Amino acid sequence: MNIINMEHIARVYQVGSEEVFALRDVSLKIDKNEYVAIMGPSGSGKSTLMNLLGCLDTPTSGKYDFNGVSVSDMTDNQLAAIRNKEIGFVFQTFNLLARSDALHNVELPLIYGGVSYSERRDRAKQSLIDVGLQDRMHHKPNELSGGQRQRVAIARALVTKPSIILADEPTGNLDSKTGEEIMVLFSEIHGKGNTIILVTHEEYIAEHAGRIIRLRDGLIEKDERVVVRHVPKINAVAE
Amino acid sequence: MRTLLFEIKESMLIALRAIRANKIRSLLTMLGIVIGIWAVVVMSTAIKGIDNSFQTGMSALGSDVLYVDKWAWFTNEDWWKLRARRNITMDDFERFKELANLPSAVAPVINSRQVIKYGDRRVDGVFLNGSNADYVKTTNFTFNMGRFYSEIESKSSRYVVVIGSEIAKNLFPRGDALDKIIKVGGINFQVVGVLSEQGSWLLGSWNPDNQVFVPIGTIFKHFLGQAWNSITINVRAKNPTLLEETKIEAEGVMRKVRGLTINEENDFSINQQEGLMSTLYSVVGVIQIAGLFITGLSLFVGAIGIMNIMFVSVKERTREIGIRKAIGAKKRTVLGQFLLESSTICLIGGIFGLLLAILTSLMINQFIPTSVQYDAVIIAILVSLITGVIAGLAPAYTAAKMDPVEALRYE
Repeated sequence: MNIINMEHIARVYQVGSEEVFALRDVSLKIDKNEYVAIMGPSGSGKSTLMNLLGCLDTPTSGKYDFNGVSVSDMTDNQLAAIRNKEIGFVFQTFNLLARSDALHNVELPLIYGGVSYSERRDRAKQSLIDVGLQDRMHHKPNELSGGQRQRVAIARALVTKPSIILADEPTGNLDSKTGEEIMVLFSEIHGKGNTIILVTHEEYIAEHAGRIIRLRDGLIEKDERVVVRHVPKINAVAE
Repeated sequence: MRTLLFEIKESMLIALRAIRANKIRSLLTMLGIVIGIWAVVVMSTAIKGIDNSFQTGMSALGSDVLYVDKWAWFTNEDWWKLRARRNITMDDFERFKELANLPSAVAPVINSRQVIKYGDRRVDGVFLNGSNADYVKTTNFTFNMGRFYSEIESKSSRYVVVIGSEIAKNLFPRGDALDKIIKVGGINFQVVGVLSEQGSWLLGSWNPDNQVFVPIGTIFKHFLGQAWNSITINVRAKNPTLLEETKIEAEGVMRKVRGLTINEENDFSINQQEGLMSTLYSVVGVIQIAGLFITGLSLFVGAIGIMNIMFVSVKERTREIGIRKAIGAKKRTVLGQFLLESSTICLIGGIFGLLLAILTSLMINQFIPTSVQYDAVIIAILVSLITGVIAGLAPAYTAAKMDPVEALRYE
């Protein structure tokens, strides 16, 4: 069963009196436990596609089914609930609440999901342990390194056990060594049966995935299996 | 229901967290409300205090007393017309007393201002009140020490004096006034009674606490010539409900005493407190409205300040709102968060303002008797809460309807 099924999706922005086609006609299916990279130059529509996949936005036309449920015409509140339960976001700029510690940041989606205090505390702690931050729980983002912040963000994305993890340039603000560590973490997460969608413009990063979708001018240019997968060195995590 | 309570609780915690995270800003925001609530509460307690002391002051004078006088307290008549009236004399009083049946007490009164001395202590410009023994029956006076002068003392114009509590305090700080000889306008008088506190600072020299009382004959003898001065006849009704009838009778009796024919106008006036009350009330009313308006304005300005800061805060936290929305905060959750934030700030500010106001009113209490009423406390808290909700509504709505994509892109 497909988790994601998009058919003839278009997204048009109204800029003044002009219509700008960010996505013209995109159809794609993503299965459970796939690891997909979305690539394309700037202006190709990959951010728009990412926003649509993440239910942050709705398409102008076309059909989008998430886990068999149509999200094309959901209300804002229904979309919020889908984002909360089914999607885990990882952003390039981490997007953590600056004045809250790591634990509270990870706990936040569970608060919005209505999980009781003791349960969400336990789950948030476990999630932080899973990304290797057991001794950084009460640090605020500005007391953490870039790599650690991204780990907090990943812990936050995983804590609700979502159907998909959406990562938008997750290594874009990190040096290459730290970026590699984060990619190792993603591979591990994928190995545990999660579905990951990765948006990037770096070929090297995209090759961690099993499938690459290339966008150009609002259309899918190429949708290909990765033949030689880049397998990260697992021992990088140990450092 | 349970989920709603859960959401309120969580929004509350998020709001408190946000307030704590932005201490300086929250504090500055609070300041507007602190000042606003403080001003409103202090003003309303002060007004209440003025009102109370006015009431007690008036009741000490007796609300069921008529004052038959040459002069009118409130009139449109020309002053020279009133001046041309015949004086009211002691003979008029005697005949009036004889003919009037309804009053419970009738007393002649004449006033003079004199210096009062005891040893090297003195009080200037004291309201000297001359009357007879029945005078005390036209008042509600209570005594701290001694008694009012007797009928014999007043008939024979003995040099005895009853003094008000303030006068006693000034001349006899140790409270040993009784039987002492004091000088009233240079004449020796013996203190036979000291009033307990009667009136209110509001009444000024009307306040019996600042007056002294002597037999009327002594005034005529030493201070005011009987031939040239008009007296007032104080007439007390048996009870307040009989005041109107007593007044009608007094008018008839007085016309008879003065020998007026049917088409002659009254050459006297019958004054009563009601006129004084209503005039003073309208003054107090204007002060109240103006005071509450001005202090209300400061609260309003405080509310606008809060709204302003909440708008800035929403703008500044656009990215935070984007993050919250991306990970699943619903519109109403965001709305609730910001509403609760502004109302919590206002509530805390309101409580601070209230505490300050209580302190201030304790300080004012040294001069004017005031007390913070329970209703003022409840109203202050409600008003600050409502202010918070209203001030937070527009900014919170702006935050709630933000597009998450736009908000996340905001730098």
